[in-house]
Amino acid sequence: MAEQVLMLALSPTMEVGTIVKWHKKEGDTVAQSDVICEVETDKATMEYESVNEGTLLKILVPEGGQAKIGDPIAVVGESGEDISSLVEAAEQKVESAAAAAGAKPPATEPPADVKPSMAEPAKAAEREEKPAVTGAKPPAAPQPADGIPALAGGLKASPLARKMAGEQGINLRTLRGSGPGGRIVKRDIEKALRQVASYGAAAAVGVTGPAIAGTPAVAGPTASGRDEQIPVSGKRKIIAQRLSESMYSAPHYYLRIDVDAGPMMTARSRLNARLPREAGGKVSPNAFLIKFVAESLKNYPSVNASWQGDTILQFGKIDVALAVAQEDGLITPVVRDCGSKGIVQIDRELKILIDKALTNKLAPEEYSGATFTVSSLGPSGILEFTAIINPPGSAILAVGRIHKVPVVEDDGSIGVRSQMMLTLSCDHRVIDGAVGAAFLSDLKAMIEYPIDHLY
Amino acid sequence: MGKGKTSSSAGASAKKAASKTPAASEKSFRIELLRQMLLIRRVEEKSAQMYGLRKIGGFCHLYIGQEAVAVGAVAALDLKQDYVLTAYRDHGHALTCGMDPNALMAELYGKATGCSRGKGGSMHLFDVEKHMLGGNGIVGAHIPIATGVALKIKYKKENGVVLCFFGDGAIHQGSFHESLNLAKIWNLPIVYICENNHYGMGTDFRRVSSVTDFSKMGISYDIPGSQMDGMDVLKVYEAVKEAVERVRKEHHPRFIEAVTYRYKGHSMSDPATYRTKEELKEYKNQDPILILKTKLIDSKQISNEEFDKIDAECKQISNDAAQFAEDSPQPAVETLYEDVVV
Amino acid sequence: MPVIAFRQALKDAMDEEMARDENVILIGEEVAQYNGAYKVSQGLLDKYGPERVIDTPITEEGFTGVGIGAALVGLRPIVEWMTLNFSAQAFDQVLNNAAKMQHMSGGQLRVPVVFRGPNGPAEFLSSQHSQSFQAFYSHIPGIKVVAPSTPYDAKGMLKSAIRDDNPVVFLESELMYAWKGEVPEEEYLVPLGKAEIRRAGEEVTLISFSKPMQMVLEAAQALEKEGYSAEVIDLRSLRPLDEQAVYESVRKSNRCVVIDNDWPVAGFASYLGWLISRNCFDSLDAPVELVTMEDVPTPYNHAMELAMQPSVEKVMNAAKRVMYVTQ
Repeated sequence: MAEQVLMLALSPTMEVGTIVKWHKKEGDTVAQSDVICEVETDKATMEYESVNEGTLLKILVPEGGQAKIGDPIAVVGESGEDISSLVEAAEQKVESAAAAAGAKPPATEPPADVKPSMAEPAKAAEREEKPAVTGAKPPAAPQPADGIPALAGGLKASPLARKMAGEQGINLRTLRGSGPGGRIVKRDIEKALRQVASYGAAAAVGVTGPAIAGTPAVAGPTASGRDEQIPVSGKRKIIAQRLSESMYSAPHYYLRIDVDAGPMMTARSRLNARLPREAGGKVSPNAFLIKFVAESLKNYPSVNASWQGDTILQFGKIDVALAVAQEDGLITPVVRDCGSKGIVQIDRELKILIDKALTNKLAPEEYSGATFTVSSLGPSGILEFTAIINPPGSAILAVGRIHKVPVVEDDGSIGVRSQMMLTLSCDHRVIDGAVGAAFLSDLKAMIEYPIDHLY
Repeated sequence: MGKGKTSSSAGASAKKAASKTPAASEKSFRIELLRQMLLIRRVEEKSAQMYGLRKIGGFCHLYIGQEAVAVGAVAALDLKQDYVLTAYRDHGHALTCGMDPNALMAELYGKATGCSRGKGGSMHLFDVEKHMLGGNGIVGAHIPIATGVALKIKYKKENGVVLCFFGDGAIHQGSFHESLNLAKIWNLPIVYICENNHYGMGTDFRRVSSVTDFSKMGISYDIPGSQMDGMDVLKVYEAVKEAVERVRKEHHPRFIEAVTYRYKGHSMSDPATYRTKEELKEYKNQDPILILKTKLIDSKQISNEEFDKIDAECKQISNDAAQFAEDSPQPAVETLYEDVVV
Repeated sequence: MPVIAFRQALKDAMDEEMARDENVILIGEEVAQYNGAYKVSQGLLDKYGPERVIDTPITEEGFTGVGIGAALVGLRPIVEWMTLNFSAQAFDQVLNNAAKMQHMSGGQLRVPVVFRGPNGPAEFLSSQHSQSFQAFYSHIPGIKVVAPSTPYDAKGMLKSAIRDDNPVVFLESELMYAWKGEVPEEEYLVPLGKAEIRRAGEEVTLISFSKPMQMVLEAAQALEKEGYSAEVIDLRSLRPLDEQAVYESVRKSNRCVVIDNDWPVAGFASYLGWLISRNCFDSLDAPVELVTMEDVPTPYNHAMELAMQPSVEKVMNAAKRVMYVTQ
């Protein structure tokens, strides 16, 4: 039976071969392993040894012609056999191959400025927890759950600490890590959780007193030593009524935190040194604190809200009041929309308001409707205190005095810090302990590393 | 003796059941030997062609020219109790032990229907049922293995013999020397057969052998050695038959050098420029198939027509095997994990 | 319960298995007339005769291959390497034959052979005789690799290994042969592939296998004295590895130290360390620490030899590092 002689791969990498020379002509006998032609491959010119036996009936690819691996180059069979069908089939194949080759433009060198494409790196097979040992198809690896928001600023934390912080709602930026290089580790999270719990507990039994700012007017003992009934002014009546109402309707709890005020005071000094003399005086620490509070409230909007009975009113803007002591009482002038204002602007507005407060010129809309209140007794020398929430807000921040304290550094040496105690009173109907704690922690971080919040 | 699946040769199996091993002069036996060699030859040529068409990849070491050694030697065995091990030039040994050519070709193609389910390829053919234990890709590494098989025979007080084939390239491996020593001290029933086809890959054996008469290689171990003409299947048969009978009786290892020649390069990627055309031509005149055919024709035990008929059958079997391999499925990817520690 | 030495436990295992199955044979240098280079095979020649307890010449590649060949056709050989160091000469047989015969034959062949011998440094033997081979063998698919550390496990696991139809590399240690431990008289098997918690603890997981186990337990005790609770896992089996036992412990303690008496580069500990890091990532409070040999050949000088291996101090320091205890 006649058979086609096919172009074989004479080098491991050749794709096509060119017939250089036929060693047999049509009609010659061909035996197994006879060299019937020479083929030029991509590597060298090789001898083609016949795999067929018989008579070379037809040469399909002449000298100089090309054939791809598997293409017919000749027909071998018995003398006189009809091989027309084989030849036709071969010619068709060759024609279509040539047509395809002709249609394509010859391969050209890529333009010099195009980088050669790199082979796609083989994707490592996704592995499950262990390499599959049974006959199962290797399944896609389960993606580890990552509820922890991506941390910014090169913060180091162990995977476990991150997980715990995420679960407990602790902002890692508020913590200092005790691990190597400041890594936050499990015990730091545990410590933070204990602190929140203990401050909450401590505050619950803490002494509460009326929030008084500035230097209170103290009535001294009467000269005669007899009791005296002092008539209550309208203002005093209102203060009494409102603070009582607040105290007895809002379940108060108290969170205290120490803050390193050093950075803030340094920034304030620099700022005040820069400001032109006539611009309005030195910027007060209160303005810084109010701004920091506003920024932290942006992160914890649920602290900027009010209990309405059936609903909680989430305030749209951050209006921060400062408790100001007056001769006969206290008042809370409000700086509106602190979220949109810078420290200097807040300070300037505050100064105007305080001026009015001390001269009894504040209009109602200037001292009511604060969404959050700051009260400071630092100038009076008070270390820390708890304040009563000023409605309609749900929280008030009591600021103690800034004083120097010794601290133990990471490497065991003793350093000095300017410490300021903050005590946050929260309305538990609106703000849960963890949220209040997280807000206060955030505020601490805000005061200590304000630039972190710009990332 | 084994045979291809599609052609029937009732004579051979009857022969096996009847006597131990037939006489070399028996006509049907000789024809069977011829058929075996032709089958190997045609299958190997087919493999070469399919390799050229990239159906078979990697290494492919052809047995063309050496057929007389495997066929003659295995004809002297009783594969119910004897064993055969060889190295990577194993297609011939596999076929003559009785491996189904379909399973062989499918293995070369890497298909699921291959004798090793596509896991082994050309160098790792196994047919355990026929006592053909491979097929090994590391030069000389199977020689200790074969020796271990002989240990089992001795330990179990069985009657079998192991034929361990390897090439002139393996004879200087430490594994060869260690094995011969062990076989001797433990009196193991094994015949080591070195198929000296003159070239260890591209190296003429004379360049790298301190002793070029390999029949002496057993002397260091007090193992009797002999040399035989590996191109004449009847001579191979006689020599191995005698050795096997003695080993079976005496339980001492023996060594035989089979002087043979391969017509193709070491493997498919070897253009074999290390030998001259003249040398090749000369050896082709000693084609084992030609030698036996001539003997049969001269003694009127076969006619040219009968020869052609057998040859055509063998070609058909080879073609069918290639087709079978082509049509067979690829193994499922999951079988990657099978046949590894269970 | 009887208390016997590790070497006796091994011998008893081989004895029981040889009595149970006539296909089990022992082959190696000095195993018969010498009664074993380390006396592990004491008495077996007298009991089973020279056909079953076979002395070999010094020819590791040869007799390792013979063991594999015999296993292919129905025997269950135990091949003893006088030390694992010498197995390097037989490595090709294990790598290319034992580990691959089943695979290359498409499942037609099984290789029920056990390769056993002392692994790792002993004392005063210098570099060529002091190497650990767990990394080299654990790397190979197609074999099992185990390393018991108590007489109880030695016996139970060697019996399991002999009955296993897969090739098993069974790692012992010269300095363990004299260790004593309770071993029941009744027959029992210890499955391959299971780790064992040697000591329960909460704060840190210490993982090891083979000879370092005693030292690691000492370290755990010392840590306890200082107030730290360490859990100690004995892997017992490297291939297959009991990953789940490891992960359960690390997820509980959140910290982990792996101790491996082998060189550090691409060692078994590094693979285990990666597995733990990858699969216990969210539970880890600290990176996984590895305590290994120093990356040097073992010297002859004894103090240096000890200095380059894991020690109680090194393990404790590593444990404290992962617990963030400043020292």
